[in-house]
Amino acid sequence: MQIRAITEEYLKSRYSRNLRDDNRQLTEYRKIVLKTGIVPSAEGSAEIFLGNTHVITGVKIGMGEPMPDTPEDGNLITSNELLPMASEAFDAGPPSPESIEIARVVDRGIRAAGVVDMSKLFIEAGKVWEVFIDVHVFNYDGNMFDAGTLSAVAALLSARMPKYEDGKVIREGSLGRLPTGNIVTSCTYAKVVGKVVLDPDSNEEAFASSRITIANDEQYIRAMQKGLSGSFTQSEIESAIEMSFDKSKTLREIIKKAVGD
Amino acid sequence: MKAKMDLIVNGKRLDGRGPEDLREIKITSNVIRNAAGSAYIEWGANKIISAVYGPREALPKHISDPDKAIIKCRYTMAPFSSLEEHGKPGMNRRAVEISKVTAEVFEDVILVDSFPGNEISIFIEVLQGDGGTRAAGITCAAVALATSGIPMRDMPYAVSAGRIGESVVLDLNKIEDNYSEADMPVAISPRTGNINLLQMDGILTREQFRQAIGMVKKAGETITRIQKEALIKPYQEIAEKYMEG
Repeated sequence: MQIRAITEEYLKSRYSRNLRDDNRQLTEYRKIVLKTGIVPSAEGSAEIFLGNTHVITGVKIGMGEPMPDTPEDGNLITSNELLPMASEAFDAGPPSPESIEIARVVDRGIRAAGVVDMSKLFIEAGKVWEVFIDVHVFNYDGNMFDAGTLSAVAALLSARMPKYEDGKVIREGSLGRLPTGNIVTSCTYAKVVGKVVLDPDSNEEAFASSRITIANDEQYIRAMQKGLSGSFTQSEIESAIEMSFDKSKTLREIIKKAVGD
Repeated sequence: MKAKMDLIVNGKRLDGRGPEDLREIKITSNVIRNAAGSAYIEWGANKIISAVYGPREALPKHISDPDKAIIKCRYTMAPFSSLEEHGKPGMNRRAVEISKVTAEVFEDVILVDSFPGNEISIFIEVLQGDGGTRAAGITCAAVALATSGIPMRDMPYAVSAGRIGESVVLDLNKIEDNYSEADMPVAISPRTGNINLLQMDGILTREQFRQAIGMVKKAGETITRIQKEALIKPYQEIAEKYMEG
């Protein structure tokens, strides 16, 4: 507990000078490197380095049955794997509540913003395209939410679209792109020793009392999720929303550049 | 794709409510004899039971925390809780997430430092769901915790706000939720106004967000009053009995 108290004091004194352990400002992202098309077997893929958080996201597209409440839309299924190789803290086994939360929050932003045009994924009665997004982390250093969303959106925007001909799925040859309609990005903040910081790394997450993710497009808030056992005031959330609209301009450019548009 | 459906006609919603109206809420405390605390809530057509066990030794041992109590939550929907198909019993991914964020709400208000090495388990079972079950479940569980006597800083309430067309509305029911532009469940600690749960999906402007939070806080006064009445009522009944003599 001694070390914890010392580290807390250290973070407090850094933050009071608007500096973090890695010399970032409180509202600054780590360096983001985003690349698409790194796993050719997948219809779409992207790799992101968000500081030392390293994530590879694959998009596979197959054929399936529509959900009963959306018989004319395709399906979107998002999963997250916190691979044991990525951190001391991760164990093999069924997905933890943390992992399920990450997958569902990434999914929610993409779905709410209409990144994939689900209405164009209808094949015939009882048959639709299914889009599987798998977010795998290989080295964990905090903020899976934004690494997941950025890589998933880049993978979707760069994904090729299989064809359905004579009862068969054709995945090779000349193919078009997965129909998409929007770009969503997310910004995640953590309250650490009383200050709200953007893009927390895993050291900061260890001291975080609460966390909030805001997903937005150019105009609208599309998804939000508060996490951890602490709370936020209304004005803290409102400034996080304002900042997300500002930060998302750069994030959208990073995605567009990675996709090659 | 959202189907076209008129959810608001002449300023009234399908069930006759205005945009800022809550559904009727009824809470009964102490409904499960074996539990340390319990409550039953009817919130519109939602019917939910919540029970609290503990503080008791945290199990399995390796999850226990020598500095504080750990809070476990299990939110489940009964397989017969919807008008549609028979559901799968137990936990799906949605239930895992709701259980997690609900436990986090109560971790902030329970004096966890008072019970090192212990666990406090909160169970929420939805008997009938009609939209807003996580909010109703949190509101109900807060009362269950209060009846258990486990010390809390505050008694949170929760309600969801959302957007139908261009209007911001409070407390969406199932059909409104299905066709709404946005749904945003919020839990608040009324003494501080701090936000303990916030989830949202759909489409919302910054101004609509502020409006929605405003509606939630206003409705909170009513919900908190109903929660407190549910706590007082059993004692009032005893008092009345003695007065009659």
